[in-house]
Amino acid sequence: MIRHTFGDRVFQAMNSGFLALLSIVVLYPLLYIISASISDPTYVNSGQMWLWPKGLTFEGYERVFRNPDIWRGYFNSAFYTVAGVLINLAVTLPCAYALARTGLPGRKPIALFIIFTMFFSGGLIPNYLLVKDLGMVNTYWALLLPAAASAINIIVSRTFFQSNISREMEEAAAIDGCSDFRMFFVIVLPLSKALIAVMALFYGVGHWNQYFGALIYLSDRDMFPLQLFLREILVQQEIASQMLMNGGDVEVLMAEQTRIAELIKYAVMIVAALPLIVVYPFVQRHFVQGVMIGSVKG
Amino acid sequence: MTALSRGVRKHWQMYVFLSPALVYFTIFHYIPMYGAQIAFKNYSAVKGIWGSEWIGFDQFERFFHSYYFGLLLRNTLQINLYQLALFPVSIIVALAIHEVTRARFKRFVQLVTYAPHFISVVVISGMILVFLDPSTGIVNSLIQALGGEPISFITEPGWFKSIYVLSGEWQNLGWGAIIYLAALAGINPELHEAAQIDGANRWQRIFHINIPGIMPTIIILFVLNLGSFMNVGFEKIYLLQNPLNLESSEVIQTHVYKSGLLQAQYSYTAAIGLFNNVINFAILLTFNRLARRSGNSLW
Repeated sequence: MIRHTFGDRVFQAMNSGFLALLSIVVLYPLLYIISASISDPTYVNSGQMWLWPKGLTFEGYERVFRNPDIWRGYFNSAFYTVAGVLINLAVTLPCAYALARTGLPGRKPIALFIIFTMFFSGGLIPNYLLVKDLGMVNTYWALLLPAAASAINIIVSRTFFQSNISREMEEAAAIDGCSDFRMFFVIVLPLSKALIAVMALFYGVGHWNQYFGALIYLSDRDMFPLQLFLREILVQQEIASQMLMNGGDVEVLMAEQTRIAELIKYAVMIVAALPLIVVYPFVQRHFVQGVMIGSVKG
Repeated sequence: MTALSRGVRKHWQMYVFLSPALVYFTIFHYIPMYGAQIAFKNYSAVKGIWGSEWIGFDQFERFFHSYYFGLLLRNTLQINLYQLALFPVSIIVALAIHEVTRARFKRFVQLVTYAPHFISVVVISGMILVFLDPSTGIVNSLIQALGGEPISFITEPGWFKSIYVLSGEWQNLGWGAIIYLAALAGINPELHEAAQIDGANRWQRIFHINIPGIMPTIIILFVLNLGSFMNVGFEKIYLLQNPLNLESSEVIQTHVYKSGLLQAQYSYTAAIGLFNNVINFAILLTFNRLARRSGNSLW
């Protein structure tokens, strides 16, 4: 029986207060950006808009969607993400399943071979020269193949299989004449939906958010992912003229341009995060329960 | 037929499953490790990695004597020590979330605090730049409203490390707590019941049951953290760098990128990268050995 003493209640109240404060600190910048993206920049830039939208306007979004770079970047990033995740899952899941199989000769050294790459690497330059020697510079492959798997995700998946797929069931299926291939596709994968969802999210976020690989390997703007166009707008402060132009008017006042440039920045941040905002709540519940538990026991 | 070859033959389908990953790690991880030998060579594009002539430790000596060596080492170490000092934050967050009894509030806190982890470095850098802008940013609006003078945070070298580390903490404090929450969920509830019967209060149970219960996880994550000690998140640093804050923001990896790829000094910067990775690995081995004495180690 659990008794709730006075001390317990004080503790609960303080603890909830602490976490509520923490949540506000984390949430505030995100809410601010959403509000700023639909507020009149005059209020935003002078600090008069601090939480709720003021002087409602959707001009920022209109201008962002008027920019062909953003559309191209969106399309490219979607391609890198979908193709990348398919490759990631095809490499990670079978490998993790095999490593989870007790009694497989060579299992330990193979796991060590993979884990070692988490702690030591050749470095940026040898990696770049390899991709160059393979003739992948300025191709889609440069963003897909060097990121085909990650050691940590293989280990997390292995532990998931170890703790969620019962060995007895596998043995029973084997006695009934079920091959390892069949077992994996017909029995194991349908039982591993939580793992697949979380792995797809982890890898997918990596592909969607990555800019550095694209920065070093790609020079053709037609292949740029969204993040590189975002970098131009947000960090290098280069805002395409299509976005700044007012209809046919080329001559827009300098002050007006700065004002709109800020609005575009807030809007573009939201646009970039949109796919993640949509997917995240559905996958989030699997993080702790479904997947991470295993990685601790590992 | 030996037992081993019988085992291999019986499980051949499992080796088919392993092969894509093995090919991948061999090509994209082990070949570059072998390719790191250009650090000891004078790389020429015509002769390639394998054909270039050996020159020993010249590139390393050049780095140790260069103007940048002290600066890079100092910035890299300072940023990492700063981050390491905040290592307990995620543990505290996890302990606090674990104590929450109302399920909906718990889910809300988790939903909110994990979210920033998924924001890209480019967007995070963009957020930092707009929030801290000296004329239009919210932070300076607040400072001015309180009667202060606006601060140009992003061009002041003195602010760079705090901006970098604290924004990283904002982004990952919740995410970092997940693994501890998983460990806390694995603690036997009977321990808490027994302690309650003996009259232990909340704090006593946290300090005597929860913290010791997750200690193995804490030690392992600490060792892993140290193992990437010299690796700072250089993608974000590179995005936040400008000529004015460079003295505080240039770290080993940004230097490797700029002198290596942008100025094509491949051998020289491969040597710097190798120096960095060897130190990391040495730190990892040392602390893993220490951790093993407490019964926890990575392998």
